[in-house]
Amino acid sequence: MKKSITLTVNGTAHTIEVEPRTLLVHAIREILNLTGTHVGCDTSSCGACTILIEGKSAKSCTVLAVQANGKSITTVEGLATAEGLHALQEGFHLNHALHCGFCTPGMMLRAVELLEKNPNPSEEEIRWGISGNLCRCTGYNNIVKAIQYASAKMEGRELPSTEPEFV
Amino acid sequence: MIAEPFNYDAPSTLDEAFAMLEAHGDEAKILAGGHSLIPMMKLRFSSPTHLIDINRIPGLAYIKEEDGYLKIGAMTREVDLEDSDLIARKYHIFKDATHLIADPQVRNFGTIGGNLAHGDAANDHPAVMLALGAEVEISSKEGKRTVPIDEFFFGFYTTAVQPGEILTEIRIPAASGKYGSAYYKVERKAGDYAAAGVAAMVQLDGNGNCVKAGIGLTNVNPLPMRASRSEEALVGNQPTDDLIELAARYASEDCNPSEDLRGDEEYKRHLVKVITKRMLKLAIERAQNA
Repeated sequence: MKKSITLTVNGTAHTIEVEPRTLLVHAIREILNLTGTHVGCDTSSCGACTILIEGKSAKSCTVLAVQANGKSITTVEGLATAEGLHALQEGFHLNHALHCGFCTPGMMLRAVELLEKNPNPSEEEIRWGISGNLCRCTGYNNIVKAIQYASAKMEGRELPSTEPEFV
Repeated sequence: MIAEPFNYDAPSTLDEAFAMLEAHGDEAKILAGGHSLIPMMKLRFSSPTHLIDINRIPGLAYIKEEDGYLKIGAMTREVDLEDSDLIARKYHIFKDATHLIADPQVRNFGTIGGNLAHGDAANDHPAVMLALGAEVEISSKEGKRTVPIDEFFFGFYTTAVQPGEILTEIRIPAASGKYGSAYYKVERKAGDYAAAGVAAMVQLDGNGNCVKAGIGLTNVNPLPMRASRSEEALVGNQPTDDLIELAARYASEDCNPSEDLRGDEEYKRHLVKVITKRMLKLAIERAQNA
């Protein structure tokens, strides 16, 4: 039997009908047509489906849509504003922190919460902080740099170099 | 992957939840953090016909010292243990363990009660609870009962929690005096189950003798395992390097690891020995500084 739920996604409230077994990631992608949130492993390992629920990063392939009833959700589509890209998006862009881009939305949403809780993380804290997000292209170095860039920008510190690093 | 169809309810009180459990019997499952249950349902290893989501019941998440106990509400998230000042000051073992449990997103959801009620010897909290001598409060419409952790784990995915009951609180004898605890597991990668893990707790008297010792082992036995012979060797004695070595050897001899993709039996016994030694030393160091 379908249930009626209300999700506030990127500031807009949507009331939708879902089966209890509908996963949140499928409600977001297939009912709300916000396809920036990806399904990777589908087993809560890879983090490609990471979104924010009430500001907390969550793997939306492992949350039922009904569990999020009444909650406020942020997806990658909600990061940029009319003023421009989010500092993390800018950091990923300038630091070449993506190749195929599949993991990128989840990486950035995870990093939003990481920087919220720890605005100036060490490299070690960043690496541990994104330990639930897998990237199979970049080797993580540029992702770490992108998050360091965003941290500096959000904190008003001097911006680190964004020269590409060839290793 | 999509689970088989089921009905879903999100009661707002425990009494409502008990009534739903009674109505649906063992066809019903309690949904806590869901990060073990939902993957199992997606893989169709588990197909309950009714999910009772207790996330909307207030008052089940807390960390406090009261009446000589550290009391942790069953719905306390791993992330709240990780971030708690009380835990960071006095119960280092939780900081150690939560840091290694799954990954940050999973810790935002996963609960300590769910971790125990899932009844999986590969989970980390069971060994921690054994080391700390915890007891578990189980509630039903008849009232509450308390089960010592040594009588809680029955078998694979089976615990003392019966149909109609909900695990509501974990109680741990409060840290006092020279008390120290530590946890570590060897994992192949972030988020993996332990190849082996060891939880240790010690309490020292004024002369540095060990008056209490608890050692729990993760994923090297069909059930979460207490290393009793190691504990007995320590209690009443000065924890010298030789004695720690002996306690570690006992733990490695007494566990029953099975060979899997994380390693063979010999390797896992070796891990148990090395980690037991290190965690005892760390717990003793923390006790001395307490």
